[in-house]
Amino acid sequence: MARLRQCAIYGKGGIGKSTTTQNLVAGLAEAGKKVMIVGCDPKADSTRLILHAKAQNSIMEMAANAGSVEDLELEDVMKVGYRDIKCVESGGPEPGVGCAGRGVITAINFLEEEGAYEEDLDFVFYDVLGDVVCGGFAMPIRENKAQEIYIVCSGEMMAMYAANNIAKGIVKYASSGSVRLAGLICNSRNTAREDELIMELARQLGTTMIHFVPRDNVVQRAEIRRMTVIEYEPAAKQAQEYRDLARKIVENKNFVIPTPITMDELEALLMDFGVMEEEDESIVGKTAAEEAVAAA
Amino acid sequence: MQAIEDIKPSYPLFRNDEYKEMLKTKQDSFEERTEQGKIDETFTWSTTLEYQELNFKREALTVNPAKACQPLGAVLCALGFEKTLPYVHGSQGCVAYFRTYFNRHFKEPVACVSDSMTEDAAVFGGQKNMFDGLENAKALYKPDMIAVSTTCMAEVIGDDLNAFIGNSRNEGHIPRDYPVPFAHTPSFVGSHVTGWDNMLEGIIRYFTLNHMAGKEVGSNGKINIVPGFETYLGNFRVIHRMLDEMGVAHTMLSDPTEVLDTPADGTFRMYSGGTTQDEVKDAPNAINTFLLQPMQLEKTKKFVENTWTHEVPKIDIPMGLEWTDEWLMKVAEVTGKPIPESLVKERGRLVDMMTDSHTWLHGKRFALYGDPDFTMGMVKFLMELGAEPVHVVCNNGSKKWNKAMQKLLESSPYGVNCKAYPGADLWHLRSLVFTDKPDFIIGNSYGKFIQRDTLHKGKEFEVPLIRLGFPIFDRHHLHRMTTLGYEGAMYMLTTLVNAVLERLDEETRGMGTTDYNYDLIR
Repeated sequence: MARLRQCAIYGKGGIGKSTTTQNLVAGLAEAGKKVMIVGCDPKADSTRLILHAKAQNSIMEMAANAGSVEDLELEDVMKVGYRDIKCVESGGPEPGVGCAGRGVITAINFLEEEGAYEEDLDFVFYDVLGDVVCGGFAMPIRENKAQEIYIVCSGEMMAMYAANNIAKGIVKYASSGSVRLAGLICNSRNTAREDELIMELARQLGTTMIHFVPRDNVVQRAEIRRMTVIEYEPAAKQAQEYRDLARKIVENKNFVIPTPITMDELEALLMDFGVMEEEDESIVGKTAAEEAVAAA
Repeated sequence: MQAIEDIKPSYPLFRNDEYKEMLKTKQDSFEERTEQGKIDETFTWSTTLEYQELNFKREALTVNPAKACQPLGAVLCALGFEKTLPYVHGSQGCVAYFRTYFNRHFKEPVACVSDSMTEDAAVFGGQKNMFDGLENAKALYKPDMIAVSTTCMAEVIGDDLNAFIGNSRNEGHIPRDYPVPFAHTPSFVGSHVTGWDNMLEGIIRYFTLNHMAGKEVGSNGKINIVPGFETYLGNFRVIHRMLDEMGVAHTMLSDPTEVLDTPADGTFRMYSGGTTQDEVKDAPNAINTFLLQPMQLEKTKKFVENTWTHEVPKIDIPMGLEWTDEWLMKVAEVTGKPIPESLVKERGRLVDMMTDSHTWLHGKRFALYGDPDFTMGMVKFLMELGAEPVHVVCNNGSKKWNKAMQKLLESSPYGVNCKAYPGADLWHLRSLVFTDKPDFIIGNSYGKFIQRDTLHKGKEFEVPLIRLGFPIFDRHHLHRMTTLGYEGAMYMLTTLVNAVLERLDEETRGMGTTDYNYDLIR
């Protein structure tokens, strides 16, 4: 058995992490790889396309029902979906209460103790909630866990801002351990010169854009059916895109400690590509009424 | 009032009329106390079967837990290593609690530090606290090793010990090669026994995981002993003695007997004795590793089996007669050293004592509570004595414990009337001893409140407490006794039978009523 590769997927909320992860994992499974997905998000929507389910019962949810995590067995929480992909959701509390980060820690500890990682696996993918807000959401990149991090982003300003922030987080962990940035995945929003922009951002961060995933409505059509594109319409062009992404990840050897950029550098980059206008200091803090007076 | 020439403590002082009156006035004027009739009625109701059924339906509440939290165990484990400072990454109050808990039990000072995380650390993470904490602790207390565990605060915010300690090295707060093993010990998972297990695993992992080259099972001719969360100092000593008598060289992985039993000779010893770092490094070379409390050492077992490739013997805690036999025979089998005459003789003495006392213990009914392995060993020994366990409560007992306990109880006719309660607390036990009265309760000091409550119902309902377990705060020096091996069985037997006789004397002391059985000879 080849060495187990553990990858974490980070990125701004709503950017398409879960969709991208499940589609690329389906691509890996199609290529014969044995994969497990660990959803690290209280929404617990990281495995629905693989399982054709609304939302998988999460570890924390079941632990709450059973009384404690110690009362659970591995087979209670691990479901097997499309092409034997193993699926686990950490889960967490409802918005506004409790600590979702602790849920991630508890869930991953449980998986370790129950020997989930000792099974015959080639890849584990952690699909992590948008903003790494506390230590719990950094759990997947601690020592002996995910060593490769992929950041999903697009050519929108906030997505790139988030990507840069995540790179900063990675630096913190990379200095004491072996976690590395493995690349940016551009999930296209059809903005202008998006591919070039993300390639440039990747260059500045010291990494590469591992793949450009174009926008295609087939993804949504498949999602409505709670399926990945690869399963729903294997011949679709988009399915091939995900297969390419999967192949590039298998072949990827470019693991780096990222070099995050400053806010000014990021803004300069966005201005170069016309995503952001040059700031006009004279209009800052002016109301519409004031502007009307000034214009008159 | 207090008179200076005759200072009295609260008892009996508050029994003076003057104080009685004062307390009565306070109660009547300020306490808005429920009327006595209602209190009595509620108390009586709380002793009924009806209440017990409600009590066992409790879901989200623990009343009077019979367990402590993980870092407490981690601290005890760390204390058993030479010149090692237990360091808890988290808030200060937790560490004050661990220290007083051990102070009260061992009547000894206990060295342990925290890095004093406060609200800003909860927001920004505790890395800075760890930088300063490790540097200061090393400079001030000059330990050779700092063993780090965590409180729940650090665990909730997800502090990563591995990264923090690594960064402390990178930034020069501690030298690169300075030993800082660590264990994540969230208080809300498991109990003190889990924390002990985690800390030991952290320590042996630190010293051996990446140093297995050149290690060979059996090459040092020794065996390793892992005591688990053990607070009877005599137990460390008796294991050493039995192995010494067998001529079996051994390493005790965590041995706090010296530091928890320092002499009063004018010298303060912050560190004393303990397992050395060299012994830990050499431990993978042993013939095998014996876990004295196998129910609570799962993580250690996994590491020893997977990394050291030891085939850990599957045997029970060496408590009572048969399980001590089995343990010694296993040691003999593994090491090839025969069991010496001295131990055979010691065994014979125990059997002699058991036969001497069995008439008094036969059929006596005991409720007991404590840690998983302790309750296993205690039940086994009680049944060997012909005594009957009736309620066994193990607050930190797992499903596995429950299964093993059921099997054990089924193995003897003395166990058939006994029920095991994993996860139950002392408030559950209180109900049980009211509705199905045993002769005695065996457990730690907290059981005294059950004794008080049962006495309050009436002398005939009183269930006296026999103090065996941890913690024992209200009797002195019992922590120095022994519960393992034949010697331990002798101590437990002596304690049990004399409790029975003491109780009998108490009941037959009535002049002209019961003293026909107030015998000089028992």
